[in-house]
Amino acid sequence: MNWLCVVAGAMIGAPLRFLTDRAVQARHDTVFPWGTLAVNVAGSLILGVLTGATVAGAAGSHTQLFIGTGLCGALTTYSTFSYDTLRLAESGTRFYAAVNAAVSVVAALGAVFVGVTVAEAVWR
Amino acid sequence: MIQARVRENGVWPVVAVVAVGGAIGASARYGASLIWPTGAGSFPATTLLVNVVGCAVMGAFMVLLTEVMRNPHRLLRPFFGTGVLGGFTTFSTYAVDIERLAESGHPGTGLAYLGLTLLAALAAVWSATWATRRVVAAGRGREAR
Repeated sequence: MNWLCVVAGAMIGAPLRFLTDRAVQARHDTVFPWGTLAVNVAGSLILGVLTGATVAGAAGSHTQLFIGTGLCGALTTYSTFSYDTLRLAESGTRFYAAVNAAVSVVAALGAVFVGVTVAEAVWR
Repeated sequence: MIQARVRENGVWPVVAVVAVGGAIGASARYGASLIWPTGAGSFPATTLLVNVVGCAVMGAFMVLLTEVMRNPHRLLRPFFGTGVLGGFTTFSTYAVDIERLAESGHPGTGLAYLGLTLLAALAAVWSATWATRRVVAAGRGREAR
């Protein structure tokens, strides 16, 4: 059952990442990986809310596995993030590589903070 | 990194293999967390290892896919790169673990985890890319002789 929760979440999260990235990248013509950044920030926000809800006792273990480990885990990615960063550095745009790394980390942490704060306000 | 060249009527097989690959990758990550659990307040070594391994495999896979294979199947990259490796590695757990460490009075551990994951992941994708290119070049050199 636990494993099924993870699989069900991942089968939503991974295609959602693919479709979001596709939609975001189709809207502009830059080398900057906005799509990956968007899913990583969105997934961090959702997991922040879930973490706040879990602390408040509003989310059980199956919800954590489904939304946290499965959905958010598969919606966000470190492998594509680091590959994109390497690709930017190799193609001569080292500045964008550094910006991508810094912005991804800072924006994801900011999203977690917002998510946790919102959850604490809702489930207090 | 996802190619937008997939024909509009051909997107659903791609979505399907991304979903299956994502389920495999996420299951492997969940399995790793069961085998090597890390408690609250401690250094999240398992997630770090999962992310670094996923980045190394990604580096090697992308060299094979874009520089070695002559005519890779169009579903190979969505299945393995986007699905399996994307589902295996995670950015959300990374970010939440940093916030939780800082919140629970371990800001030093959180900061070390932040920096170490970033450096190790980038070093992994870079060195795997470099090593795979070397191995491929050595193999081609032997073929030429």
